[in-house]
Amino acid sequence: MGSMSLWEYANPKKFLTTSERILPFFWAAAAVCLVVGLIWGFFFTPDDFRQGSTVKIIYLHVPSAMMAINIWVMMLVTSLIWIVRRHHVSALAARAAAPIGIVMTLIALATGAIWGQPMWGTWWAWDPRLTSFLILFLFYLGYVALWEAIENPDTAADLTSVLCLVGSVFAILSRYAVLFWNQGLHQGASLSLDKEENVADVFYYPLLVCIAGFVFLFIALVLYRTGTEIRARRIRALATRTRAQA
Amino acid sequence: MMPDLGKYADAVLSAYAASIVLLVVLVVMTVLRGRKVRAEMARIEEQRSKNG
Repeated sequence: MGSMSLWEYANPKKFLTTSERILPFFWAAAAVCLVVGLIWGFFFTPDDFRQGSTVKIIYLHVPSAMMAINIWVMMLVTSLIWIVRRHHVSALAARAAAPIGIVMTLIALATGAIWGQPMWGTWWAWDPRLTSFLILFLFYLGYVALWEAIENPDTAADLTSVLCLVGSVFAILSRYAVLFWNQGLHQGASLSLDKEENVADVFYYPLLVCIAGFVFLFIALVLYRTGTEIRARRIRALATRTRAQA
Repeated sequence: MMPDLGKYADAVLSAYAASIVLLVVLVVMTVLRGRKVRAEMARIEEQRSKNG
């Protein structure tokens, strides 16, 4: 009896048929969690005693910042799989994820600035976490630009994988900068295994629903976009073959 | 129904507006490009099957 293996999905056809079957679930789960989480957070949670109504920004800022870092980690894993096993679907999944990472980083930076202005009195500070996040954003842009700049898809996958490895330093710094330097304006983790550090329950539960919504949205988007990249690669390969035959 | 956001109303509403616009643009662009590539793929496959 043949056992199921994760590597089966390295086959583009298998990936496309499976992802098309499960995509409706992830789109629906993303829509439900985002609508429920954001409405709960915006309309049905109280103001914070220090931060007033700005605490409502947490439902966008924390999930987008978490996704910005975790998407880079996902790209790192898929890039390493490409480097080691040369599975095209893996490299294309990393390529497909990067623009989602750009948008998540942009939302985290924008909501952070909008939140920071009334709370810290400034839109921006060269704080360790904020600075490493800005550098992560620049790495995302560079990563996408590198894919676009190189014609040969295998060379592009190789070079972007190396760039992804280097950028991982900043993804990790974005997460742990507060611990490394213990300075700057930005607070520590909003969610942590240490209950003492967590935000209060009244904010915590809608925040969890929003995080689930962002995760489901990312999964739906990355599956859909990887499918698009697989088809685009096939179109390019066919065009090259046709040109060679002509 | 609308909660009283007090003096921070501009900050909260602009954070929500900016984020929702960015997410909607991302989803719409993803689906539009997906449909375009899928249509192109179907056109090429059809042409190939015609040419044998």
